[in-house]
Amino acid sequence: MCLGIPGQVVEIVDAAKKLAKVEVSGVRRQVSLACIVSDEHPIEACIGDWVLVHVGFAMSRINEEEAKKTLELLMELGEAQKELESMQSSHDINLVGNS
Amino acid sequence: MKYVDEFRDPELAKTLLAEIERLLPQIEATKHRPLQLMEFCGGHTHTIFRYGIEQLLPKTIELVHGPGCPVCVLPMGRVDDCVALAERPEVIFTTFGDAMRVPGSKKSLLQAKADGADVRMVYSPLDALDLAKKNPNREVIFFALGFETTMPSTALTVLQAAEDGVQNFSLFCNHITTVPTIKAILDSPSMQLDGFVAPGHVSMVVGEEPFHFVAARYKKPIVITGFEPLDILQSIWLLIKQIAEGRCEVENQYARVVTADGNTPGLKAIAKVFELRDYFEWRGLGSIDHSGVKMKEAYAQFDAEKKFSMPNLTIADPKSCQCGEVLKGAIKPWECKVFASACTPETPMGALMVSSEGACAAYYNFGNLPQIMALKLEQEKLESEKIS
Ligand code: SF4
Repeated sequence: MCLGIPGQVVEIVDAAKKLAKVEVSGVRRQVSLACIVSDEHPIEACIGDWVLVHVGFAMSRINEEEAKKTLELLMELGEAQKELESMQSSHDINLVGNS
Repeated sequence: MKYVDEFRDPELAKTLLAEIERLLPQIEATKHRPLQLMEFCGGHTHTIFRYGIEQLLPKTIELVHGPGCPVCVLPMGRVDDCVALAERPEVIFTTFGDAMRVPGSKKSLLQAKADGADVRMVYSPLDALDLAKKNPNREVIFFALGFETTMPSTALTVLQAAEDGVQNFSLFCNHITTVPTIKAILDSPSMQLDGFVAPGHVSMVVGEEPFHFVAARYKKPIVITGFEPLDILQSIWLLIKQIAEGRCEVENQYARVVTADGNTPGLKAIAKVFELRDYFEWRGLGSIDHSGVKMKEAYAQFDAEKKFSMPNLTIADPKSCQCGEVLKGAIKPWECKVFASACTPETPMGALMVSSEGACAAYYNFGNLPQIMALKLEQEKLESEKIS
């Protein structure tokens, strides 16, 4: 909940509601980009961005290297597994398919 | 240096440790007592234990584990309120998984679920909102908890619910605030802290500014810190350097994620939906002024506290449980009478044993348990000798 997990924005789902699909360690999930879009960085520009996702909201843009290091740390702490599990099990309504 | 090799850059870790050792003798206070640095955030506590950072540091530095684990400070009365809400037949009670096992005075949410209440774990408050849309004849309540890190997510979900005109969705708001809590710690006469390792992801939302009073008013150094073991070591070095040079400032070690202004859209959403409570009750710490938020009147229709009646009782923790003293840093987790005996991660008595971010669970999982138990026995022997 507090550590978040890094992922990459792969597809815009609903530009008006600022919803996108983010891929986290092979799992794709719908995430809100409301906290990272701005006039300088509109939603269309977010594709390919690496972001830190907290409880379904992208909260910060990070660089790719940072994303990979963070994911590795979270795996070591056992937090990434927990997070991925809850992302997947969350009564599958927002789960937009595993790839 | 048993663990240093596990660091991503062992050479850098060794350099930082050497620098810390070099600076310490320049600090007058260390001649009489260890320096006490508090890591506020449970995420930091977890990293510190996982990588044995305390054992790497010289004895003249003591890390005090702060109350920054939202699940751990949840008072028993609030868990009882959750259970009461969940047991209403019309309600689907949704929560982050972390909160399921926190003991209430009669049961946890997990036990309530086993007894038939409709309790569902969700990953995001948005999932709870979707659930409300799919079940128009049920009342969906989301148990909102966490520090500022998770506040934008629940605030934005409420704004979305309002926009979509969803009638059957509400928040049971138990968000807590970081800054008033740090202030309460600084005001507490029993705490003599020399510096703070400030939470990274709270700062990601609130920015640097809210921490300036720690340096300006209380003259304590504070460093915003990431979650890598190297981040924490580097911040400890930055704190020691400030103390040695007689400075106290807000420094940002986690600039790769935290900007000076924080997250503007997130802060805007928070300001729209939430306002400070006069006070909020914490497990073990009692009531702290302005340490929680509630929903603004404009969003009353999404406020479970207004929509439903709840027992809303203050319930004292069981006598044998010493979570409060551990949270205040007055005793180490293993000094609690029930640590590792009646209280374990499988059968937690206190909330500090429930979450992986709680200090007791961290000691239990990553501490040197045989060594801790030997210390505990020795202390109990000393105590009984004192009595007899
Ligand atoms: S051992 Fe259990 S009861 Fe004692 S302080 Fe820790 S969590 Fe609380």
